[in-house]
Amino acid sequence: MTRPALTPLLPGEASGPVLRLSAPLSFWGGVDPASGRIIQVRHPECGRTIGGTILCLPATIGSSSSSAVLLELIRLGIAPAALVMGTPDAILMIGCLVAREMGWAAPPAFALDPAGQAGLPDAARIAADGNISPLS
Amino acid sequence: MPLTLTDEETRLLAGEGGEGMALAMRVIAETARLMGASRLVPVASAHIDGALYHGDSGTLFAEHLVRLGAKVAIPTTLNVGALDLACGARTRLPPHQHDMAYRMMRAYEAMGCAPTWTCAPYQAGHRPALGSDVAWGESNAVAFCNSVLGARTNRYGDFLDICCAMTARAPYYGLHVPENRRAVFALDCSGLSPALRRSDVFWPVIGTLFGQRAGTEIGVVLGLEGCATEDRLKAFGAAAASAGAVGLFHILGETPEAPDLATVTGGRDIPAIPVTASMLNAARAGLSTTGETAIDAVAIGSPHCSAEELLELDRLIAGRRLLRPFYACTGRHAVAALETSGRRRALEEAGVTLVADTCVVVTPILEGVKGVLMTNSGKFAHYAPGNTGYAVQYGAMAECVESAVTGRLVREERLWS
Repeated sequence: MTRPALTPLLPGEASGPVLRLSAPLSFWGGVDPASGRIIQVRHPECGRTIGGTILCLPATIGSSSSSAVLLELIRLGIAPAALVMGTPDAILMIGCLVAREMGWAAPPAFALDPAGQAGLPDAARIAADGNISPLS
Repeated sequence: MPLTLTDEETRLLAGEGGEGMALAMRVIAETARLMGASRLVPVASAHIDGALYHGDSGTLFAEHLVRLGAKVAIPTTLNVGALDLACGARTRLPPHQHDMAYRMMRAYEAMGCAPTWTCAPYQAGHRPALGSDVAWGESNAVAFCNSVLGARTNRYGDFLDICCAMTARAPYYGLHVPENRRAVFALDCSGLSPALRRSDVFWPVIGTLFGQRAGTEIGVVLGLEGCATEDRLKAFGAAAASAGAVGLFHILGETPEAPDLATVTGGRDIPAIPVTASMLNAARAGLSTTGETAIDAVAIGSPHCSAEELLELDRLIAGRRLLRPFYACTGRHAVAALETSGRRRALEEAGVTLVADTCVVVTPILEGVKGVLMTNSGKFAHYAPGNTGYAVQYGAMAECVESAVTGRLVREERLWS
């Protein structure tokens, strides 16, 4: 079965459960940097943990400190396995770029529109070229 | 279009300006590539949001830059840190985190940033010129800088902001480009009562509604001519930038790029949404997360209180004693002005805790009772439940004061009906 490929922004491979956020999320104020748990009480996925997931973000909102929260998740080894963004978001990708400068393994980032995100399997493997296959 | 760098930028990237400069250019050039920018743009000033401690990673990065010889090349102010170095409000950070937060603040100062430590740098003397390109972080400061001052900045995330300050460059895309600054939708407030439009408590609510509608789009608000003050615009932008990804808003007849509808839209027809009382009430209700009427604490000052707001607080307290803890978050610039006016002591004796350089939602200052926090800030209302564990009640500054005096929610509903 072929699925639409993701557009690599920060290339890399990843696999894991797919967590689709059904509303935009600000990482700062929305994700606990020490645990990776979603703490924004108004968010539909509040209480879920983003670590190790292929995290699908329809859009990001809010704080410009979201890059710092992502950097801390990366340093602690509890970052998402990959970021899949509806539109490329500079703030989150800065977290990945700085992690690379610090020598910490940063998750890859891909672009995929929200309709495409909805069509992803519940667990997936993403190849470096953006090809995606279901994980059984 | 691929990214083209100038000869000087290419040399900096190659390390001619030192290792720190090369790192900063790598981050900026890679961001430019990711965002589709074809060139970089010189920036005149920076405001750094990256000096707030969220974990050791940020401190390690800042100290890495210092070791590489990093220095800012343009006037640069600092947003809040995690510690109050000016008024001494006690932060309940464990010793390791306290130490790392302190090291982080000192590292940014060592790079040449001005120790303003405020999220309202535009009220602490940092006011870039209309039409100038700058690199600012902190969502409310970005919104104010673009919208009220008419300078041009994207929403610079932590760490990109210091890279821009070091290189005096930013990727040229988004809100740096004049054509991208026009409104594509309008919210029309002309059907709302004049008394409501001229009340402080209205502005965070309409800002929240605007942010929810806007997402990443740019809009203009109609029907507020003659109703704005600088502090109201500040409150609007903070709420809008919390509820959406708002880096720029326009208020017709009030903000500099919206003198008339044709200018702010570029002459295009845009949809205008009439704001009704029920829309407004829904947005207002969303700012509170509880129906509980016992109030355990009050916090104001997100964005940081101006000196005028602190004096207004003093007038509203009117010599009474506050029953509940009351935190007024502000910058050292406003504390200095308050001292000059001779009212700091009276405010503190009434029971107000002044918190400078930081705020109660970004660092643990509130008592750990996890009760109900009342605030007049749309931004505090948005972030306090997740960051502090407190439930929130939203109300005007005067209602916050009355509630702190009695310990029970005091709120005037008539204005909204």
